[in-house]
Amino acid sequence: MQAATTPRAGSALVPEHPLEDLIRSDRIPHIWCPGCGIGTAFAATLTAMKSSGIDLHKTCMVSGIGCSGRAAGYVKLDSFHTTHGRAIPFATGLKLGNPELNVVVFSGDGDLFAIGGNHFIHAARRNMDLTVICLNNLNYGMTGGQVAATTPHLARTTTTPSGNPDAPFNLPLLAWASGATYVARWTVLHTRELTESIQKAITKSGFSFIEVLGPCPINYGRRNREKALQTLKLYRERTIIRNHADPSDLDVDFTKQVILGEFVDKERPTCIENYDKTCRLPE
Amino acid sequence: MEFWRVPLDAQAIEISRGEVHVIEDRCKGCGYCIEFCPRGILAFSARFNKKGYHPPEVLQPKSCVNCHYCEIICPEFAIYSVDLSSLQPPGL
Amino acid sequence: MTGDEACAEGALAAGCRFFGGYPITPATEIAEHMAERLPQLGGTFIQMEDEIAAIASVLGAAWAGQKGMTATSGPGFSLMMENVGLAVCTETPCVIVNVQRAGPSTGLPTMGAQADMMQARWGSHGHYEIIALAPSSAQEIFYQTITAFNLSERYRTPVFIMTDEIIGHMSEKVIIPAADRIQTEWRPKPSGRKDRFLLYKPGKNGVAPMPAAGEGYNVHVTGLTHDERGYPEMSVDTQAQMMDRLCRKILDNRDDIIMTESHHLDDAEIVLVSYGISSRTSMAAMQQARAMGLKVGFLRLITVWPFAEAQISALAERVKGFVTVEMNLGQIHLEVMRAANGKVPCHLVGHPGGTIIAPDQVIATLKEAF
Repeated sequence: MQAATTPRAGSALVPEHPLEDLIRSDRIPHIWCPGCGIGTAFAATLTAMKSSGIDLHKTCMVSGIGCSGRAAGYVKLDSFHTTHGRAIPFATGLKLGNPELNVVVFSGDGDLFAIGGNHFIHAARRNMDLTVICLNNLNYGMTGGQVAATTPHLARTTTTPSGNPDAPFNLPLLAWASGATYVARWTVLHTRELTESIQKAITKSGFSFIEVLGPCPINYGRRNREKALQTLKLYRERTIIRNHADPSDLDVDFTKQVILGEFVDKERPTCIENYDKTCRLPE
Repeated sequence: MEFWRVPLDAQAIEISRGEVHVIEDRCKGCGYCIEFCPRGILAFSARFNKKGYHPPEVLQPKSCVNCHYCEIICPEFAIYSVDLSSLQPPGL
Repeated sequence: MTGDEACAEGALAAGCRFFGGYPITPATEIAEHMAERLPQLGGTFIQMEDEIAAIASVLGAAWAGQKGMTATSGPGFSLMMENVGLAVCTETPCVIVNVQRAGPSTGLPTMGAQADMMQARWGSHGHYEIIALAPSSAQEIFYQTITAFNLSERYRTPVFIMTDEIIGHMSEKVIIPAADRIQTEWRPKPSGRKDRFLLYKPGKNGVAPMPAAGEGYNVHVTGLTHDERGYPEMSVDTQAQMMDRLCRKILDNRDDIIMTESHHLDDAEIVLVSYGISSRTSMAAMQQARAMGLKVGFLRLITVWPFAEAQISALAERVKGFVTVEMNLGQIHLEVMRAANGKVPCHLVGHPGGTIIAPDQVIATLKEAF
């Protein structure tokens, strides 16, 4: 046995896990399956929160419902696990109620883009000062692997047993068209780029959106003959980083090539700035 | 390794060294740290943890360059590396 | 001013500084008034993309430390119901105004009704207790909105104001008292060590202190069944404990929450039971019946939920019957029957909605009842 496993982490001799102070360690291990990408994206979010230098006491995480929606339950910050699809409007109220707060929405593709799709486009249109991180695992994991608004055409899920007849959303294109001021996409394998992106998004004002592709080996992978490690290898072999790519080229199709990178980074007055300027009487 | 020309700052360059720590009972055995360790120093151990998974173990502790990749790819907060120089007093 | 405007003014007087809304007849004027007034007072108005977003934003603002409100009517009220449950479960204070119009579905958007009373009671899934008030004039909606905020803050629960199109759109004289004569309450705040704080450990009244986001308590707020820490806990025992506390903080404080107004109950043989706009019909009918020599009393429900069942059960011991007057086809009527428990006959003067009930209809039923 290696010396590395003794003495115990957190003892006087061994420093704790670098994120120990930001997780509710009494709730770990979390509910996510072996190989699930949510934990990695969640850890990247916490790392970015720490390294960004923002006041963590003024930082909140809001989640909706689903596997990714459980993220709020593991972060040792003010955290809100809301109703299905409604993380963004809840976060909107939180931010408007106290503009000093840094509000990070962490949720899944089903939550943010099917049941909550309307809220996403409107928050982006208003340029609400939120950082929205979407863990896209291509299906509804919590309920056992049903087709989502992001499931690739012809992919098998429990509700598309002969393959998905529909086309998926191109999420960065949707975010771009709705007016988001920061848009990026990474996979959980591209952890460093992802962390940098999240850090940038948190410190930037306005509506930021980061799509994170992560495997759902149990519910999506199993039905589409993809083991967790194989999915990560696809992320390595079938992706290309192309910053500022044309948003209409950003379809997720791993039979071809998937473009990652930072696609939008622009400035626009935020919802609160516009409200103060337009609606409040001059002092 | 022999250099055809020795870089001028070869004496000044230090390769960082790390020490890997595993919180075994958090591990769910996905194998990401093992697969993606750039130095290939990790492997599944024969042991079972509390949940019945085989946590990783460090095969070549001296080869760790403290890149933290195992730490950031791990979905479970179960593995991390620390800078060895920060653990030991100088001269040890 | 109109009832809708009086409602908005009441909210502002109560300290409401956040309104998340969505236009719907006949509640739109509340949003319009708030849109104009809130930024003048340092507050924020936002028109959200739908009613679901509207109430979700109000809950978010409540956790940012604000008093928040939304106002809607039937279809929007239906859309809000899931998040009403979240507010109950997470004990989030907020006020939701339903300016009722005739349904079901789109119904009669510009015409009043009182047919969402049972939806107010049971509209969100699961078993829970709720507070609902029913104002009967523009002046009263001003005061009731303040009361609604105070109850909401005191008990950390959503409170409904169940008004209707007629009061909402009717212009009446409203006296707004000086701010120092208005009593406003805030949710109980925690004290003590932040790292040992338990989000759902009740203080007196069964209500737990509530910090705001950003105050350093690192709260976790979830609509899942949770323990005192606020952590999800999927167990029968935790469910039982949480439910017991959520229900009892309302039920054990019924004496504080339930408000009624009594007229001639001392010698009454038949008692009219009514609320909201229909109580004005009932008042007129009672006076006419008294002039005819009929011993009619009137119990006006100011608080509709929780229901004044103890009062009605006590009356059932000594009166000859009840007549419930409401603009639906029998909702509170059924509650009166339940509270009367078969001891005396219970009659209904109902209406499918669209117009106010005339006193004549009540008199006719009263005559039958005697």
